[in-house]
Formats: sequence, C-alpha cells, structure tokens
Amino acid sequence: MASAFTSAFEYAPAPESRSVVDIAPSYGLFIDGEFTEAADGRVFKTVSPSTEEVLSEIAQAGEADVDRAVKAARRAFGAWSALPGAERAKYLFRIARIIQERSRELAVLETLDNGKPIRETRDADLPLVAAHFFYYAGWADKLDHAGFGSSPKPLGVAGQVIPWNFPLLMLAWKIAPALATGNTVVLKPAETTPLSALFFADVCRQAGLPRGVVNILPGYGDTGAALVAHPDVNKVAFTGSTAVGKAIAKTVAGTRKKLTLELGGKGANIVFDDAPIDQAVEGIVNGIFFNQGQVCCAGSRLLVQESIQEELLESLKRRLSTLRLGDPLDKNTDIGAINSEEQLTRITSLVEQGEAEGAERWSPACELPNAGYWFAPTLFTNVTQAHTVARDEIFGPVLSVLTFRTPDEAVAKANNTPYGLSAGVWTEKGSRILAVANKLRAGVVWSNTFNKFDPTSPFGGYKESGFGREGGRHGLEAYLDV
Amino acid sequence: MSDKPEKTEQPRLSVFKTYKLYVGGKFPRSESGRVYEVTDAQGRWLANAPQSSRKDARDAVVAARKAFGGWAGATAYNRGQILYRVAEMLEGRRGQFAREVADAEGLSKSRAAAVVDATIDRWVWYAGWTDKIAQVVGGGNPVAGPYFNLSSPEPTGVVTVLAPQESSFLGLVSVVAPVIATGNTAVVIASERSPLPALSLGEVLATSDLPGGVVNVLSGRTAEIAAPLASHQDVNAIDLAGADEALAKELEIAAADNLKRVLRPQPVDDWAATPGIDRMTAFLETKTVWHPTGSLGASGSSY
Repeated sequence: MASAFTSAFEYAPAPESRSVVDIAPSYGLFIDGEFTEAADGRVFKTVSPSTEEVLSEIAQAGEADVDRAVKAARRAFGAWSALPGAERAKYLFRIARIIQERSRELAVLETLDNGKPIRETRDADLPLVAAHFFYYAGWADKLDHAGFGSSPKPLGVAGQVIPWNFPLLMLAWKIAPALATGNTVVLKPAETTPLSALFFADVCRQAGLPRGVVNILPGYGDTGAALVAHPDVNKVAFTGSTAVGKAIAKTVAGTRKKLTLELGGKGANIVFDDAPIDQAVEGIVNGIFFNQGQVCCAGSRLLVQESIQEELLESLKRRLSTLRLGDPLDKNTDIGAINSEEQLTRITSLVEQGEAEGAERWSPACELPNAGYWFAPTLFTNVTQAHTVARDEIFGPVLSVLTFRTPDEAVAKANNTPYGLSAGVWTEKGSRILAVANKLRAGVVWSNTFNKFDPTSPFGGYKESGFGREGGRHGLEAYLDV
Repeated sequence: MSDKPEKTEQPRLSVFKTYKLYVGGKFPRSESGRVYEVTDAQGRWLANAPQSSRKDARDAVVAARKAFGGWAGATAYNRGQILYRVAEMLEGRRGQFAREVADAEGLSKSRAAAVVDATIDRWVWYAGWTDKIAQVVGGGNPVAGPYFNLSSPEPTGVVTVLAPQESSFLGLVSVVAPVIATGNTAVVIASERSPLPALSLGEVLATSDLPGGVVNVLSGRTAEIAAPLASHQDVNAIDLAGADEALAKELEIAAADNLKRVLRPQPVDDWAATPGIDRMTAFLETKTVWHPTGSLGASGSSY
C-alpha cells in the first residue's frame, strides 16, 4: 500500500512459502473415516480470494450424504460415549499436538483458502485452534466436576454448521467440546472455505480417531439445512448470520434438539476522553480491521467522546495510512482479501448506501491488487444512529464513527441495537470501566483491549446475537443433557 | 332504636371477591372487559376471572420492561430479602391459600395445606439463591495472557412464563420465583382452569416490597395470551411450562423471530421435589469482561 507516510520505509516482499502445503486437485466428503464422493456426484470449486485461483474441486454433500454421515455418527456414538473420559481426552490431546506440529502447513492453507493474512493464521488462528483442543481434552475426564451434576450425559449426534471467517478455529470451537463430552459430530464447513476442515479429517486419521466420530460434509446452505433438519440429529450448533440463525431456530422448534447459535453483531467500541489514545487507536484498528472486519464481534461502531473526537480521528487516520493491504501470504501484510465475491458485493453495496444516506466516507490512499476480492479500510464519520452503516452488520473493514457526551449517552447508544455480542470500553478510570461494562448488554466486554479470545473464556451473545456460550466451562453445557 | 335486635336464623351472606389481574403493581380488570367462569374440581362456580386480551399482555410487557432496570440493578441481597418477605406474607395467609388450592385442584384440606407449605418453602429456597447463583455459575477464567477475565451471569430481561396448568400454586411459584430471583421481570399467564391462587398471589406480591411490574399476572386463555407474547419484540425469553405440545411448537416458532430464549416444557413428576438450578440458568446470560493486568515490574512479587 502506497502512502506518503510509508514510502520512506518500504518493506521488501516477505512471502511465506506455499510449498509447505500440498493441496490435492480434488477432495471427497469425509464420512465414517473415509473420503467418498457425493451420492449424486456433485462437486464445487474453492478459489483463493486473493488471486481467484482455483485451489481444488470439492465434493458437495446432498441430503443422501447427510443421512449417511448422521448414520455413521450414530453408529460411532455408542462406543465413543462409552469410552472412559481419560481415553477420549487422549485422542483430543493427540489432535491438539498434531495441529501444533502441522500448524505452519495449516496456516498457509487457511490463508490460501480464506484470504486472511498469514500473520493472523500463524499468530492467532492456529495457536487458538490447538489451545481449544488442549483445553477441552482436559475436561473429558473431569465432567463430573464441571457443575452439571455427578454424571452428565452426552446428547448424541451433533450437527454443526460453521462460517468462513475463521474456518479452522470455528471447527475447533465446535468439535473439541462435542468430542470431550462424548458426542459424535457431523460438521458442515462453509462453501468458500472447505479445505482446512478436510485437512482436519486427515489430522483425525493420524490421531487414530475411531471412524464415524467426526464426519465432514462440505456444501452450501442447503447441505446445512438438511443437516439441521435431520431427525436423528440431537444437537445443532450454528455460527453465522442472524437471518439463518432464526431460520434454524424455527426448524428445530417443537423437537428435542438442543440448539446453540452464535450470530451477528454490531459491537460498540467506546472511547472516553481520558483513554490512552495511542492504545485506543491500536484497539480500534484491531477491533474492526482484524480479519478484514469479517468478525461477528468486530468493534464496528466507534463511539468517541465528543471532546476528543478530532484528536482521535487524526491519530486513527494516520494509523490507517500505515496498514499494508495485499498478498495475504506476505508476512508484512495487515489486510488481506475479502473472502468471496459475494461478500465483497455486500460490503460494497452497504458502503454505497452509507454514502447515499449522507455519512462521510474516508479511506487511506490504497492500491488494490488487480485480481481477487479487495476492499480498502474505510471510515465513516457524520454517522447517526439511524444510518444503515450504524445498524446493519457489514462484516467488512468498515468503521462507523459516532460521538457521545456523557457515559449514559454512550451506554444508551451502545445498547441501541438488536445485537448484543461484544463491546469495548477505553478509559483510565477503573470505576467507569466497571460501571459501563455492567450496563452494556453484550456477552463479551473488552476494556482497554479488544478482540481477545481464549479457550477458557466463554464467548457468546445477548439478544439477537444468539444464545449459548462457547469456550470455557460454560461451553460444555451445549453438549450435555442438562 | 330498639335495644333488642331482631333474631335471625339466616347465615351471614359472604362477600365474594372480584378477582383482578396484577399488572405494574396495580390490580386492573381486563381492558377487554371480559371474564370467564372458574369452577372447582366438581364444576361448582367459584368466581369470574378476568379474561386477558392481547392489549393486557402488551401492557404487562411495558410494565415488566419498566421494572427491569431497577430490579436487575438491585443488590442480590435486596432481592433475597424481598423473596423471603413474600414467604413471610404468605405464611400469614396459609388458610386462605389452602382453601383456594383445595378448590382449584380438588385436593383434601390437608393435602392443600401441605402444597401451600411447600410453596412457601420454595420462596425461602429461592430467596437464598439470589446472592449465590453468581458464585456458582460465574467465575474467573485463567486465560493465557496478561488479562483479568471474569464471567458473570446477568438476567436476560423480560420473561414470559406460561405457568403449569395442573399445579396452580406450587407449580406457579416454582416457575416464577427462579425467573425473578436472578433479576428478570416476568409476565405470567396463570393456569387457565385454575387461575385464582395465582391472582391472589398478586395481592401477596403487592405487599411484599416487590417493586410493581417485576411480576405481572394475567389470567384467561393461555393460547390466546401467549401468542402475542411469544412474538413480542420486547420479550427476551419464554418459559413454555404450561403449553401443550402443539402450542409449544407454535410459540417456539414465533419466539425465533427475535431469538428469545426458550425453555421447553419439561416433564415434572413432583413439583414438591427440590429443584435444580436449571430454571434459573435458563434465563441468565453470561457476560465476560476482559481487562489488561499490566505489570508492576520485571520480576513478580517474591511474597
């Protein structure tokens, strides 16, 4: 990215080698411990969003495949759930270790398939993926101490549908607690990012996991819908959009299926006038430009106290001018590609709507590559609460800036959304942090930091951001009969 | 003025009670002006209960929302005191409630008295939970980084409660007390056939220091009142205890519109058994707060 500020300190290219990962020209579905073609022979292509290069051809699961996978998971359930917890734990520990061993390969793969920078897959996604398996491995033989009764029971077959923004991390969030508690799983990765889940199938093979315990069914929304609706699925876990979440809640209504949903958000990042400005700027950048803003808990609404608005925006714009957008495999890249053409279209149309409604749009000088799907980091000022860019989840590198005068006003504006997933509070005053955090209707509140994740820490939303928590002791509940 | 009152053989004519709703701390009739006939187990007329309308349901939600901030923000100690106060107030009215429960459920006097005692004890049980549930279901998370990280439960908001149909008093309190013990406010639909103990409970709540609007009691046709509540955008959760299978499914579908938390009907063999904490946790959110811990120097304290 060229700008006056960076030109004096240009970086040499620092590409990570992609030779560490060997992508086959085609992949099947992973059912009952084996790769297999789809019953109706359908396939789809997965492309690299930064180059539009076709990476591989993937079998597309249909209803018959869903049925086959659920049956395999049901067959495997008896033995898997009967296994002593300590033995299940060892499988999960093995998986965690193999992920660590193969983390460079998986990081490169994830960057190729998703478009996010290698800096993030290498330093955030993969370490967290391994950590999740380690954390839940340790629960497998301690479930009677988890506070859910003396012998909590697994539910059975878990149908899990995950999004494309953190393909392997979302898989870990879903599969680790499910296996630790003795359930078996059928997981559908997103159609734009199926590869790391299929590589995970190979990790399961290396770990010697019994066949049928984990089944992977790449496909589109209809595959997910068939999985959710399958009568022999006992638990449904979904991460994705609020609209799909509502449709799933209606599908499982009146059944005994247990449901957890991690849905959209429109997180408020509140900066008070006594906040450490430089740290706040870093937090704001991390809050909305991490993973190209394709994060459900992104801090997409900046609420800044009026008295420091000018100073903060100036710092923020200066900082944005130093962000490097480009080849996600380059180790110096901060901002990678948008995951798909469809997502780019959505971001573009919402941003155009923002302009049409009168919000003021700003981006640093930024050259976009010729191929692939790209969107420059974008700020909106002069935003009111009624603006679409302040209400709708954009799921892209777009920050809306609003102002406030009093803490009460900040809280009222922060809570003025049907969502309730995340929020940030920046101030030096401890009592203010606690008072504001108390009043925010959000499942995760980051004070003087943002977008931090940890397997021991429950994550999930209030209101229309869904229900249930993933991570921590709380995350076990979703997979136990309690 | 005669110094010799006229002797009469007629028994005293009792004073009937006009049963009213309990909404926002007040006792309105249904805005629809409708009532329906409530009979005892033998079919004898007991009273005319208000037959609530959609408007009554919406009014109750407004009252519950208005009360939520104050009730959720009250100290857990204070909420416990008030729940215990409800038990105190009920204790003084054991006779009245034993009669009402006996009539409502066709129980013998002694069985009804036992049910009322168990109900009073249920309030006491939940009174003790208000300041403990956070310690049981919340806690610190040992994250791998320099952060102080704490998860605490918080009430989810306004909860619609379809009270169990068969257990008009013990069942009712067993589903209402856990909702408010944790700081939620409630819109309660009383048992359709036996609403009178629930309506009388409103009178007790009104004199127990419970802020108006924390519990709102409606009587009438469960399906009719529940439908607008299940689809109400300002209701955060719904307890389907009093719904049959078909109604429960319909309401669960409506509840998905704003992703209400739904507690599906659970088979309860014995309402008198000590409850678990599930009815409390069903209406709690978990909020996790992160904060950097910083460092006072290069080396840690040497104790």
